[in-house]
Amino acid sequence: MSSCEETLIPKVGVITDVRIDTPDIKTFRVVTPDGKKAFDHRPGQCAMLSVPGVGEAMFSITSSPTNEEYMEFSIKKCGCVTEWLHQAEVGQQITIRGPYGNPFPVDDVFAGHNMLFIAGGVGLAPLRSVINYCRHYRDRYGKIDIVYGSRSKEDLLDYKEIIEEWTNDTNVNVHLTIDREQENWDGHVGFVPNYVKELGFSTDCIAVLCGPPIMIKFTLEGLRSLGFEKTQVYTTLELRMKCGVGKCGRCNVGSKYVCKDGPVFRFDELDELPDEY
Amino acid sequence: MRKCSLDALQALFAHVNASMALYLPVDGSDGKAVYQKWSEGARWSHALNTVRSPKDFFFPQTEDLMKFKTAGKSIEIVDVRNAAEDFVIFGVRACDVKSFEILDRVFLTDPVDSFYASRREHGTIVSVACTRPSETCFCGTFGIDAASPAGDVSCWKTETELFWQANTPKGEAFLQLIAPLTEECGNEAVQAQQEKTAAVMKKLPLAELKADAFGGGKTKEFFDRPEWSELSQACLGCGTCTFVCPTCQCYDIKDFNTGNGVIRFRCWDSCMYSEFTKMAHGNSRLSQKERFRQRFMHKLVYYPENNDGLFSCVGCGRCLSKCPISMNIVKVMKKLGGE
Repeated sequence: MSSCEETLIPKVGVITDVRIDTPDIKTFRVVTPDGKKAFDHRPGQCAMLSVPGVGEAMFSITSSPTNEEYMEFSIKKCGCVTEWLHQAEVGQQITIRGPYGNPFPVDDVFAGHNMLFIAGGVGLAPLRSVINYCRHYRDRYGKIDIVYGSRSKEDLLDYKEIIEEWTNDTNVNVHLTIDREQENWDGHVGFVPNYVKELGFSTDCIAVLCGPPIMIKFTLEGLRSLGFEKTQVYTTLELRMKCGVGKCGRCNVGSKYVCKDGPVFRFDELDELPDEY
Repeated sequence: MRKCSLDALQALFAHVNASMALYLPVDGSDGKAVYQKWSEGARWSHALNTVRSPKDFFFPQTEDLMKFKTAGKSIEIVDVRNAAEDFVIFGVRACDVKSFEILDRVFLTDPVDSFYASRREHGTIVSVACTRPSETCFCGTFGIDAASPAGDVSCWKTETELFWQANTPKGEAFLQLIAPLTEECGNEAVQAQQEKTAAVMKKLPLAELKADAFGGGKTKEFFDRPEWSELSQACLGCGTCTFVCPTCQCYDIKDFNTGNGVIRFRCWDSCMYSEFTKMAHGNSRLSQKERFRQRFMHKLVYYPENNDGLFSCVGCGRCLSKCPISMNIVKVMKKLGGE
């Protein structure tokens, strides 16, 4: 048996908490069997989770690196691995390996800037890590605006944390919206791209976008009409992955591998890639 | 340089095989050359090359990565990596030797793939210069000289003798091993043989094929070219080209439930398959045109961009002879590069 490190061989992880967020999204808390974080990560990085016999899949790490006790993953039920995870109970062991990919440049490029986070649906999952990182090191960043939309009130991810923590922070503005009118909802109604335009953000900030492809497309157009340059707008991509280290070839787009060169990209960088993501 | 008589090869193979496993191309029952472990009576094939490339030795078609033992909610991960043993691959052509360098740049860059690295470390490559390159050969397009193959040891075959030259410390050790069965010699016969091969190479139909039009930084120039539709129109998506290709290295990782635990294994995959990029929310390459384009853009543009201009093709010609619709990288290069 070889003793050298092998990136494809994972560690065992234990699910210590399962939070039901929306009808199809649950958030899983994961630690190693001895109760520690499996590894350190940076905001925006991902991890491979697997269920032996079912498969392995890449997920964004939704908890902030500033959480030193555990990692969290907000996972939407949409395939084999995710369906199995949604049936898992506390105490279930899974496997975990990572961290993978390039993080958001939170300590250099983002530092000292106003931040505008825009998310749709489960697209909040990868942004929560960077949002909570910025909230933790609050004095390193300027104003923080968060625009978040989903189909309905029930589909808003992390609703409790948003209402109880984010909206109470000083100098953090949360703008929630849902697609259609609904009872017990007196907030904004409408799609994210239009809401961003209505809110009319000034361009003295860095914007970070994540959501369904159609939302990203129209939100970027909205930001461009407000005067934003592509060099000040970031997103994080998702493609099918197997190895996580740029070797299996699956997430290759142009000369880049989303797993190792991404998943975080600036929009001017994406312009250099073929439209295959 | 050392030499031995071709008649003495069986004794030499037996001598090598006594200290480490020796693999060489032999003619299979269907008359096609395949790499096989040497055993008494196994004859070195006269074929120009094997149907499948020798990439199997370092990147096998399937291999177990790990095992899982599950009990209730618990999982135990079992490392199944074995200490690899020394082995020799004899008879590797110049094109295939080059393919190992191309694979190395994928598997040996950080983080190193320990499965591949271990086999690479333990394998000694004995290449043999080509004497009769065929009409599907175009290694010269990629700067490879069929008459001067690289590898740990290079060999040249004449009518009656085989000449051996070590290129690396591993190769020196191998020549030491076979020293009792070989004798010191000059390189005149080898030079004459190289000249003969060079003369044959010049007359090959693909001798003038150039790759200059391609390379890193040319994504925008080639990606949206209308010719991709026509080129890919008849592609069956069978993936044969990727499986016979010595440089194709895409893989899948899958789990197999044995009934007594789970084995996670790696196997070759192909960008020519629709499942390759299929996700829960959709597919980034919807038609065969996109998949076909990916394969050739990767070999001619993306890979060179990330690897100092090195193309991910060695001109071995396997895809030319094996594609069921006779589509291949040469046709793509001619069409897009301007004949």
